Amino acid sequence: MRITAPAFKENAQNALTDLHLQRALEHVEAGFIHKRAKVVAALPEFDALRDAARDIKNHTLEHLDLYLEAYEKAATKAGGQVHWAETGGDARAIILDICRKAGAKTITKGKSMVSEEININDFLAENGIEPVETDLGEYIIQLRGEPPSHIIAPAVHLTKDQVEADFRRVHTHLDAARDLSESTSLLAEARGVLRDKFLAADVGMTGANFLVAETGTSVIVTNEGNGDLTQVLPRVHIVIASIEKVVPTLEDVSTLLRVLARSATGQDMTVYNTFSTGPRRPGDPDGPEEYHVVILDNGRTAMLGNEFHDMLRCIRCGACMNHCPVYHAIGGHAYGTPYVGPMGAVLAPALFGLDEAANLPNASTFCGRCESVCPMRIPLPKLLRHWREKEFERGLAPATQRWGLGVWAYFAQHPRLYRLSTRLAIGALGWLGKKKGRFRALPLAGGWTRHRDLPAPSSRTFIDQIRDREQ
Amino acid sequence: MTDKPSQKAPHVGLFATCLVDLFRPGVGFAAIKLLEDAGCTVSVPQSQTCCGQPAYNSGDRRDAAAIAKTVIAAFEAYDFVVVPSGSCGGTIKKHYPGLLGDDREWGARAEALSAKTHELISFLTDILGVAAVSARFDGSVTYHDSCSGLREMGIEAQPRALLETVDGLTIREMADADVCCGFGGTFCVKYPELSNAIVEKKTEAIAASGADTVLAGDLGCLMNMAGKLQRQGRPIKARHVAEVLAGMTDMPAIGESE
Repeated sequence: MRITAPAFKENAQNALTDLHLQRALEHVEAGFIHKRAKVVAALPEFDALRDAARDIKNHTLEHLDLYLEAYEKAATKAGGQVHWAETGGDARAIILDICRKAGAKTITKGKSMVSEEININDFLAENGIEPVETDLGEYIIQLRGEPPSHIIAPAVHLTKDQVEADFRRVHTHLDAARDLSESTSLLAEARGVLRDKFLAADVGMTGANFLVAETGTSVIVTNEGNGDLTQVLPRVHIVIASIEKVVPTLEDVSTLLRVLARSATGQDMTVYNTFSTGPRRPGDPDGPEEYHVVILDNGRTAMLGNEFHDMLRCIRCGACMNHCPVYHAIGGHAYGTPYVGPMGAVLAPALFGLDEAANLPNASTFCGRCESVCPMRIPLPKLLRHWREKEFERGLAPATQRWGLGVWAYFAQHPRLYRLSTRLAIGALGWLGKKKGRFRALPLAGGWTRHRDLPAPSSRTFIDQIRDREQ
Repeated sequence: MTDKPSQKAPHVGLFATCLVDLFRPGVGFAAIKLLEDAGCTVSVPQSQTCCGQPAYNSGDRRDAAAIAKTVIAAFEAYDFVVVPSGSCGGTIKKHYPGLLGDDREWGARAEALSAKTHELISFLTDILGVAAVSARFDGSVTYHDSCSGLREMGIEAQPRALLETVDGLTIREMADADVCCGFGGTFCVKYPELSNAIVEKKTEAIAASGADTVLAGDLGCLMNMAGKLQRQGRPIKARHVAEVLAGMTDMPAIGESE
């Protein structure tokens, strides 16, 4: 996708006035927050599981090189082919090469955020290979030519009516008088259309929620079963996954799956948890003839051991965005990067550069709700603050902001000067606002007073009043 | 107020916060009353300014650290540092140690200050064991959980428990009391449209509660919510929870004239 994070403010403004979007966003709360709260409350050991999950990933990241090598060895032993990609461009080239060798004309895709990160769909299409998204949400946004607006619910920004209109626009071979008023009829229609695509595809590409070092297995979780058809029916299966997806053992996966489903969709367990190890073996009833795993770095090794290290624990559940007041207000597209919400605001500057994405770490109230629900206990506000520090160090913040803050900080470090100046300013403001008790407008305070009144101060500061008393 | 025999009265340094100092001194006086009623000796160091949070959250660690040092120097002599704000209290308690951690001497002093710094209401209940206040407030209130107080300092039950003991007061919980009001410090002026969208949901929830006054423990959030309620023409008042607990509600509500 095209990165539009530099235009975040305009994007956000457009999102706030998009009535369809605002209607769709109302569902985030009921659909995600309440469901999660319910299953979490039903599992007394949930917080202990979060600790265990965090510890698994921390341990893995400390020995990432070893586990990646162990994974490669096990996957190769099972007959798979492991490819290492340092950049998105490397990954694209590897995938195209595999597709060309397979003589692929169409490629079905399970839902994969890494594939969005490397922009594989546009690239394949430019090279004459048709990518077909098979996750319902991904299928819908592909019809619309949009990027996902949520990492697990890519079409959450749309209302049912919009989807119906898109299906009527694109599925012109179907009876125009058909009834699409129910969600289930939309689902059935997508299924019918996709069935032929599944059967015709030469290559199937999926992401991976986990790569298991001890067995060389890739794991995907889906609720639609589309991932299974994607990886079992075509002759070639490509897994695209980033380096931090590796975990040591199957036992570890079972712990992580328990926090993932609950945090993501409020399910005890996702409907399909599919484990794939190598290509079809002699005697297997189905499975691909070739099994490729493309392992992507794309800036992640640079995060190992630095202040953003904790972000590599992320298992992409989406709980942070589901609980984010900023995400609730504007949805995902406004972020202008594949990864959105708090986790996206931490990842985007690392993957795409701070110059591109500096807006995102700033667009947070630091309310901390994301951290409070993160199953991997990632201190998201702290990491966002670290990006603001980098931005400040590099002088990227707007000059007016830096100047205002600098003046404030100077006064705050010089109490006598601070007292004198605040005494004058507060005295004047207090006098001006005495009659009404508040201001509807005030020079230099437009950011505040455009949308709300500003309470007037009393005409003497607390510290001065205390001093008056003591004298 | 406490049943404990008064050995040596704890000497509290009150860190008023810059917003209380500049905009609402009444909160400072309410804090003093509550602390003195609970048996504390209260001092208000004249050299206090701001906790440095605006600089810290804007990525300006150097200025934030310099401000933190002035706060530490001004307050480390007291038995306790009490702050009528979960946000500024959280900055001192949860963030100063990390901010100054690279400096051995100041890091240790920051840790020491952190250990004895508390948000006002939780200090009264959790440290001093205050279980009831003697105050009267004829009206219904709804309590907004300010984010830092709730999530950094664990303040949720304490203010509600003390409010229950105010004569004449009814608590009407709003929906999503734990959701951010959209203030976010400099966020509200850096992203005014976003902040507005968030506070609109908050004032909607406040109004739907049916309460005639909204309370919170942080003046920043309160100024944001009060300012929005007033701009919307809603007749709902906003006050710091300490004002109600101290029985000092004869002063005008936030943004109201005398």
